[in-house]
Amino acid sequence: MTTISADLRAATTPGADTELGRRSRGDMAFRAVLTLAAASIPVLLGFLIYELWSGSALARARFGSSFVTSSAWDPVAEQFGALPLVFGTIVSSLLALVIAVPLSLGVAIYLTEFAPRVVRQPIATMIGLLAAIPSVVYGLWGIFVLIPFLRSTIFPGLKSALGFLPLFQGPIYGPSMLAASVILAIMVMPYVMSVSREVLEAVPSGQREAALAMGATRWEAVRTAVLPYARSGIFGAIVLGLGRALGETMAVTMLIGNRHEIAASLFAPGYTMAAAIANEFAEASGDLHLSALTYVAFVLFVVTVLVNAGARLLIWRVARGSGAGSRAL
Amino acid sequence: MAEAVRDLIGLRLPGAAASARPPRMATDKLSAMYGKFTAVKGVTLAFAPNQVHALIGPSGCGKSTFLRTLNRMHEITEGGWVTGRVLLDGEEIYGPRVSAMALRRRVGMVFQRPTVFPTMSIFGNVAAGLKVDRRTHRGTLEERVEQALRQAALWDEVKDRLHKSATALSGGQQQRLCIARALAPAPDVVLLDEPTSALDPIATQRIEELAYQLKRDYTIIIVTHNMQQAARISDTTSFFYMGTLVESGTTRQIFTNPADPQTEAYITGRFG
Amino acid sequence: MNRREVRRFKSRVMTAAVMACVVLAVLPLILILGTLIMRGASSLSLAFFTKMPVPAGESGGGVLNAIVGTLLMVGTASLIGVPLGIASGIYAAEYPGSRLTWVVRFVADVLNGTPSIVIGVFAWTWIVATQKHFSGFAGAAALAILMVPMVMRTTEEMIKLVPHSLREAALALGYPRWRTTLQVVLMTGLPGIVTGTLLAVARVAGETAPLLFTALGSQYLVTRLREPMSALPLTVFSYATGPFEEWHRYAWAAALVLILLVFVLNIVARVVTTRASVSHG
Repeated sequence: MTTISADLRAATTPGADTELGRRSRGDMAFRAVLTLAAASIPVLLGFLIYELWSGSALARARFGSSFVTSSAWDPVAEQFGALPLVFGTIVSSLLALVIAVPLSLGVAIYLTEFAPRVVRQPIATMIGLLAAIPSVVYGLWGIFVLIPFLRSTIFPGLKSALGFLPLFQGPIYGPSMLAASVILAIMVMPYVMSVSREVLEAVPSGQREAALAMGATRWEAVRTAVLPYARSGIFGAIVLGLGRALGETMAVTMLIGNRHEIAASLFAPGYTMAAAIANEFAEASGDLHLSALTYVAFVLFVVTVLVNAGARLLIWRVARGSGAGSRAL
Repeated sequence: MAEAVRDLIGLRLPGAAASARPPRMATDKLSAMYGKFTAVKGVTLAFAPNQVHALIGPSGCGKSTFLRTLNRMHEITEGGWVTGRVLLDGEEIYGPRVSAMALRRRVGMVFQRPTVFPTMSIFGNVAAGLKVDRRTHRGTLEERVEQALRQAALWDEVKDRLHKSATALSGGQQQRLCIARALAPAPDVVLLDEPTSALDPIATQRIEELAYQLKRDYTIIIVTHNMQQAARISDTTSFFYMGTLVESGTTRQIFTNPADPQTEAYITGRFG
Repeated sequence: MNRREVRRFKSRVMTAAVMACVVLAVLPLILILGTLIMRGASSLSLAFFTKMPVPAGESGGGVLNAIVGTLLMVGTASLIGVPLGIASGIYAAEYPGSRLTWVVRFVADVLNGTPSIVIGVFAWTWIVATQKHFSGFAGAAALAILMVPMVMRTTEEMIKLVPHSLREAALALGYPRWRTTLQVVLMTGLPGIVTGTLLAVARVAGETAPLLFTALGSQYLVTRLREPMSALPLTVFSYATGPFEEWHRYAWAAALVLILLVFVLNIVARVVTTRASVSHG
């Protein structure tokens, strides 16, 4: 028979300070507060999906899935077809990747394989600063510096050299699909670079050392021993960049020309889903217009979620545990 | 059969012949499990007050797990649970109405690596245990911190920088700070889990001296994989192997005339 | 050239190529910052920070309303978003086995990857449409929604970095679990959490898209969140896309102010982390 001294006895109410099974009231309250806070996040997302879904109901009822396959966008006639938006989003993002990925990979390879240790952090920091520049500032610089430069130098050069391709034909205004793609490339590059770098650094050094020991040159070691190992992670970095590019709004709308048109020429103006919402939402004429724009937002949401999920899957497989890709830069 | 007879005449209970005082802590057929795995099997042991009790055995034998059942830290680990009884001054500490936190103020613990709180000063670290102590004690906060630091033989080295960060101390000093922190709430029992394995020989020696002196005011139970350490400082020694208590007795008896052949094999270094 | 020399040559060419990539990558940073300073610094004056915008065509004037608006909305967003984010992050770190934790982490990643314009549409349907007017509060809400998953993820990561042994040491002293988490774990991880929070604030301060149809923008000095209000990024956008030369100059100046704000926050954030790791030896 044992009695419990006052020393060890728990507080008089049941549910006292034990660990096995029961918790103190302080602990229960603590957990409750934290649970509430944590639960607010999925609730928020659920609410977001609900609002997008119901806000687009009008347009979905009217247009259904032909919304993304038709091209006519006429608020006055209440006709809304988002194909140019989808087209523009995909083309600008892919083109941005075409420009950004080789660049980003080059930088990542340089930083992991070639750069002297002293130089690594400063360069990485500078590229990190690029990620910190707000989109609207990119747009501002794009309008007054990049576009004049492109219009006077690069575009005519491309036109004269590659003008036999329909891609580089037609009048040069300045604001264009290509201009938007260039600025997107600059904005996406830090993300692709930093994830690629983490992926490359995760490659065990034994790989490249073995190649070098067999007489490979520096570059050959990278090409044959390091890159194949990191392939899916790099692919994930690219898909992550795609996810970023798809959602970029301000810089794109300031450089792309904002025209609901599908054109073959990269010098022609275009439109993206995000840019259209940014331009038209505040002054939308009527409920159907608003609903159509909400529909666009919904499509954009779904596309970016899928792309980002794909990216994370690819990156997680290689750079496991380092949190690459899920961290906001 | 022979075991039952030995139990009866109390030869298995260390210190029973040496002193007639009731044990400060005792376990009765205590088993500790992680999920389905049994790490400690049916240990019955008693610890007389104001002595140093060593628990020895090869790594993985369950001695640390056993130690952690004594202050209910075992159940903090994922899937940890116990059967059997653990008694502090005759009271079952796993009783349904017992506060585990109150228990831990009476049974303190020092870990293998120094675990000073990096965001607190030296003073703050020692006082940390006092802030949650609802019992009344004599002396102000400052007095109790000083006393704890003196008991841990650290006072002279830190008295001029009590409010500096605790991380500036050396490894040995940090471990003594952890000891001071454990002593401040005036526990009855102090559990030491391989406290010197991460320290250099000089720091080790200081802490061994400390453990020896502390038994005046506290009951010390120390887990060590260093047999010589156990031989140096403890009054009783218990040898664990593969989760069971193989043998327990006065240190002298265990080291000079062990009853169990397994004990003898371990002591003489045939395995470990 | 024999084969070996060809291979070596190729290697050297590729080495030069990746170095060229670095130059090309860093170039926009230098160009953008340079242009900002060149074209924006001249318009910066005390008046710029303290005056209101003047009618088109006139000179003088400033962006006081935008600065006030940014401070108000970012401040409000932080007041809502930071506690929610930190609490969620603590939950995810403390109860990693819970099913809710898995869901929260997944959802946070989804929200982190959602374009901010979509968040703006959400805030519009939730707040602006129901209240039937634009407001700074709707803008702040949109920014808060952006902040929460960012802060949550960094908080969770920082808390996970705190060694388990510290937690055990506190519990062994008789600390209840809530006190262990708040007084020991959270405090130890605090520098990293502050850094993550400041970076999230910096991110959100530069956002334009979610404000376009929530806060909408305003010419007036607005201090009440219930009304539409201006913000620095909005000002940059409307001045940059406006027809007047004067406005373009203001756009550069406002952009410079915005960049300074963002960069200062970034630098402070990194200093906090380095300071902490130095003092804790």
